[in-house]
Amino acid sequence: MAASLLSQAIKRCSAHTCAAAAVRRALSSSAATPSVFTRFLLKLSQYFYDVENVLNWNDWLRSQSVIRKNRLFGYAQKNFGNNVAAAYYILTLRGSFRFAGQSEWFRTDSRGKFSYDFMSTPDTQIVEVDLSGTLINHNGLENLVKQTKLQSLSLRGCPEVDDWFLACLHVFGESLVELDLSHCSRITVGGLAALQNLRKLQRLDVSGLPRLQNPGLVRILLEEMLPHCQVTGAEYEQGLIQPDSQEQTENHHEASTHTGLRHL
Amino acid sequence: MWRKLFTSVPAFRALKAPCRSFTSSSRGAEKDFFKDLDAQVRAFRDKAVAAMPGSDWSPIEMTPGLPPERADVVIVGGGVVGWSIAYWLKRKERVRDGLRVLVVEKDPTYSQASTVLSCGGIRQQFSLKENILLSLFSAHFMKNINNHLSVVNEDPVDLQFNHSGYLFLASEKSAHIMEENYRTQRYAGAKVTLLSPSQLKERYPWMNTDGVALASLGLENEGWFDPWSLLTALRRKAVSMGVHQCFGEVTGFKCAANLAETTDGELLNIQRIKYVNVRMPNSLEYQPVECAIVVNAAGANSGKIASMLGIGLGPKESVSGVPLPVEPRKRFVYVVHCPDGPGLDTPFLIDYSGVYCRREGLGGNYITGMSPEETEEPDISNLDVDHDFFQEKVWHRLAHRVPAFEQLKVSNAWAGFYDYNTLDQNGIIGLHPLVPNMYFATGFSGHGLQQSPAVGLAVAELILEGGYKTIDLSAFDLKRILLHEPILESNIV
Repeated sequence: MAASLLSQAIKRCSAHTCAAAAVRRALSSSAATPSVFTRFLLKLSQYFYDVENVLNWNDWLRSQSVIRKNRLFGYAQKNFGNNVAAAYYILTLRGSFRFAGQSEWFRTDSRGKFSYDFMSTPDTQIVEVDLSGTLINHNGLENLVKQTKLQSLSLRGCPEVDDWFLACLHVFGESLVELDLSHCSRITVGGLAALQNLRKLQRLDVSGLPRLQNPGLVRILLEEMLPHCQVTGAEYEQGLIQPDSQEQTENHHEASTHTGLRHL
Repeated sequence: MWRKLFTSVPAFRALKAPCRSFTSSSRGAEKDFFKDLDAQVRAFRDKAVAAMPGSDWSPIEMTPGLPPERADVVIVGGGVVGWSIAYWLKRKERVRDGLRVLVVEKDPTYSQASTVLSCGGIRQQFSLKENILLSLFSAHFMKNINNHLSVVNEDPVDLQFNHSGYLFLASEKSAHIMEENYRTQRYAGAKVTLLSPSQLKERYPWMNTDGVALASLGLENEGWFDPWSLLTALRRKAVSMGVHQCFGEVTGFKCAANLAETTDGELLNIQRIKYVNVRMPNSLEYQPVECAIVVNAAGANSGKIASMLGIGLGPKESVSGVPLPVEPRKRFVYVVHCPDGPGLDTPFLIDYSGVYCRREGLGGNYITGMSPEETEEPDISNLDVDHDFFQEKVWHRLAHRVPAFEQLKVSNAWAGFYDYNTLDQNGIIGLHPLVPNMYFATGFSGHGLQQSPAVGLAVAELILEGGYKTIDLSAFDLKRILLHEPILESNIV
């Protein structure tokens, strides 16, 4: 009796759902193999509605924090201008940037605090931006689209940067020279195809992209698409079917016999 | 039932045992006894499980897969438009399980469905503002698809979206139309740019720009994706929200008729649908589903569904004499392999001659095709591919535009139906005056897939709120069909 009730509960659990992000996706995105506690929670969530709801709230809170980080800074844009608003936005995300004509970078300290010196030059555009490790996504990029003189953008290790973000980068097509996309786990070839609009790109880093199945082939195609661009982070041999190890041992054997003969 | 549990009990075997010879096969008899005992216990356990509450055994033989006897909304057609409407209806119902929605699909394998045979492109480069807004909304929907369509404990949705954009080429004659469309598109919020032939040559050196006066490239929210992923994502989410799915064919309706008189004194037969007859596959058995609202999202077969209600079968001059102008039109898609072809930056190229081409994967494969002339429409009784069409009509135009395609090999081809609106090739959305509870969402003529999320929301708003709230699609109403006032879209491929 209890077994059938439990089986009915399981069936209902998988049939009904709340409108929330996938539990497994969020919990497994942090590590390749989730911890014992996470797996235990996932197992429990298949049996109990309460656990399922708590995990959904956790996911919802995390997605809300991403949405909060990427809201439009409309008030700052209206009252202080686009450049100051963009600078303020980058600093709240814990990124760093450099204005045109100046050589010093504006950064935050380890606790996220920053000085408001950037407000003294409201008319200069931002030229270099370092947003590595931040939670920026395609919505947050709206704060930066007016920086048409942007030359260097680093998005190293940003978990929310995906193909749609790359498609939005076309606004920097006339100025962007350097782009670092390494270790952004959501980028695929479909997004890299959108980089065709960045005609002035000279340096592109595509190392550590787990969703590229053939990094070598992608590098060749990118170099063909952007002739003046130097693509780093993928070797031509990556993704190739390697020759058999038997061939390698034969070569090894030949080499050793040659050295043996030389000693004679 | 309980007696059956004890039919072949080992006790019967024990009676036979003394008849056998005692010496040689006594061990054999014991082994038989235990093996059979094992099987008997297993059979007993299976039957016990079936007898317990919680199993679906019932003494009455029921046909599996019958639809429910009553539903609030019946959606005829399980393609991407039908499932999108089902999803949005469930999303917008205020009360949990407030609406019982049933989606009826004829073919569980989707072998002839337009959704899965589509090239999967999405673009905002239309000339009508409504089309641009529909595609833009759908692109935003797909941008945040996991916020909309993710299901607990299932894999996230991956549409395999390629953001390469669409490139339309215009000759001298149509350059001014392209410029006007560019203004409309920019005003509606699409990110498009115009390119001159020299810019085109510099950017795409593999292209031959002879005869091209102007080109229009989509920068953002344009490209192509996997239609099957979108369909299964919508279906999975809708089923998880409680939408019923039935595989069967709608063969007729049972209506209540009322007479109404128009201001001209003409008598009209207003039919209100009471039951939808859903026939089971490979069977004559049908279930009349009592319903309040029916949505016609049957794609290429929408005209047939409409004629079941008598739309188009009346006297020529009256309202009931105007048929639904949606008919299936066959279109061919050829997969070609060209190792020297254009690379990763190939957009979805659409030439002014009507031929189109896009990259497929990274291995030098391309998908290409062309819309035939009005007078040379292929036969729609089957989905056989006409390879001569490629050789005679498509190849030379393709090779003229992209010289590398002079050396190519056709590796595969398929055909699919457009739900072609013969009046103006735009969608038909809304109520019919003769049938007050049938909503139409059909006639998209090749761009149903890219507009499906937005159309689903529009129809759900019509049904639940009585009017459009997000995008105003009153221009696509059925009025224009009855008054013969087409709104033409110039960018149909």
